[in-house]
Amino acid sequence: MIRLSAITRLFRMGDQEVRALNGIDLDIASGEYVSIMGPSGSGKSTLLNVIGLLDRPDSGRYELDGTDVTDLSETERARVRREKIGFVFQSFHLVPRLTAAENIELPLMLEGVDPAERKARVDAALDAFDLGDRARHRPPELSGGQRQRVAIARATILRPTALLADEPTGNLDHRIGAEVMALLEGLHHAGTTLIVVTHDRELGARAHRHIAMRDGEIVADEK
Amino acid sequence: MTLRDTLALSFRTVASYRTRSLLIVLAMALGVAAVVVLTALGDGARRYVVGQFSSLGSNLIFVLPGRAETSGGFPGAALGQTPRDLTLEDARFIGRLPQVRRMAPLNVGEAELTYGGRLREVTVLGSTAELLPIRNMRLSQGSFLASGSERSAQIVLGSTLAREFFPDGEAVGRRVRLGDNRFRVSGVLAPQGEAMGFNSDEIAIIPVDYAQEMFNTNSLFRILIEARSRSGIEPAKAAISHLLKQRHEGEEDVTVITQDAILATFDRILRALTLGVAGIAAISLAVAGILVMNVMLVAVAQRTAEIGLLKALGAPAADIRRLFFAEALWLSLAGGAIGYVLGNAGAWAIRLAYPQLPAWPPAWASAAGIATAVATGIIASLLPAARAARLDPVLALSGK
Repeated sequence: MIRLSAITRLFRMGDQEVRALNGIDLDIASGEYVSIMGPSGSGKSTLLNVIGLLDRPDSGRYELDGTDVTDLSETERARVRREKIGFVFQSFHLVPRLTAAENIELPLMLEGVDPAERKARVDAALDAFDLGDRARHRPPELSGGQRQRVAIARATILRPTALLADEPTGNLDHRIGAEVMALLEGLHHAGTTLIVVTHDRELGARAHRHIAMRDGEIVADEK
Repeated sequence: MTLRDTLALSFRTVASYRTRSLLIVLAMALGVAAVVVLTALGDGARRYVVGQFSSLGSNLIFVLPGRAETSGGFPGAALGQTPRDLTLEDARFIGRLPQVRRMAPLNVGEAELTYGGRLREVTVLGSTAELLPIRNMRLSQGSFLASGSERSAQIVLGSTLAREFFPDGEAVGRRVRLGDNRFRVSGVLAPQGEAMGFNSDEIAIIPVDYAQEMFNTNSLFRILIEARSRSGIEPAKAAISHLLKQRHEGEEDVTVITQDAILATFDRILRALTLGVAGIAAISLAVAGILVMNVMLVAVAQRTAEIGLLKALGAPAADIRRLFFAEALWLSLAGGAIGYVLGNAGAWAIRLAYPQLPAWPPAWASAAGIATAVATGIIASLLPAARAARLDPVLALSGK
């Protein structure tokens, strides 16, 4: 469902040109569980951003679910992100003013779902992620694990086909991190494509397919 | 994102930044309040002047000897002739015009009023019985000049004069000396105070024939005419001009002005003044607008990561722009509403302090004040909103 061919992404640092992605060819099938590993600056986050349509490649072609999304307008890219992609970030990125329930509700609001249905779906998500008693709490009142659970609930509320996680356990201790990974893997078992970017070898090893990157290139791709 | 959600979400944002929002709202409110209070003052002054002028009588037309305009001049001017007198005879002809309800000729002069050893220089009006209804004057004692009394030596005293000369209050029927003539006091005017800089409490009124004799003149100072109705003013004015032109052998050597024209002039001047102060007050609104822009720019900078998140969640640029618009809208709406209330409270306080000044803020000013607040708020949010919508999602997410 994800097909990248000859993807290049250049960044300019002073008068130097850095190839964050240098001719990436990558196919990821629907329902796969992939880890992307590599040292800092290897381009793994940039790759995730390109897959998630947050970043635009400078050249190459990107097909998502059989349609070419390389040259979509900004508005269309936003729509594709909303419908097909869920992001989970290292630093959670919750809106501090909004309660847990309202944070989870945000994508539904952006999609224009009507309030009654929104409430039902948010309540269901709160139960599914064991956050029922935290619904009215704001992010500062939640623990790290609870925050990431809220973020995952938000990322999956519109049932995206791909879940992209950038160091999802980077800000959590080992035990809580394992819980969060178990949660993400549960979603993978339910059919979601899961792509995890990480430094953590142990974490990366849990995936079914391991991609290693260095200097903007894929140096290993093992199943 | 629906409009309702956009408004609700931005309202929560505004409400959560309490101190900052309050300060902006206060700045906006003071601007709107300034517009409301200053226009209330300006318009109050206008109504006060118009009210004073209307108290002189209604549907009035004044005839003055001589031309107020120099255009063309009258043919006699080259020969060194003075304009023709405006005579009592002219006045009587005007009084017979069908368009005229009432007419009062007027002579003005100064004379010495004496009674029982008291003596005072007073302003003397020479007129007829009709002056009372035309000028909206009232009597407190006795009667006014009787109709057809031109040759009977009657005098009507202003209230201050009556009090000074007759401290016992018994003025009617007394004989006073004015200049070289003796007059019988027929009535006393009710106190009216000053109107248009003319104090009717310190005048004496005598029949016009006596006045002309006393001041040795044939020319009237003025003729006061009351038209039959408001719409009858212009036809009456035309008829009077035509009549006097005929009587003065084709020369237009009098000036006919209407109360409406004078009133309209005052009205225009004071309206312009009100607009002027409203404009000055509106500048403070523009300053408040710049404040809103500044705060919104800070908000965009502060919430960069949040904007990145919204983009990652699939919010199109238009949604993000609208969210910031809506925030500015809430701030300026709140400022406008609070300013409106503050301004009205201020105008109320002015009315309490100066009861004779009808300082009611005009509706247009309140509406314009609030509209300007909202418009400046929205205009001020254009740039920040566009900046937020343009942010690169990857950079924004990392807070850069």
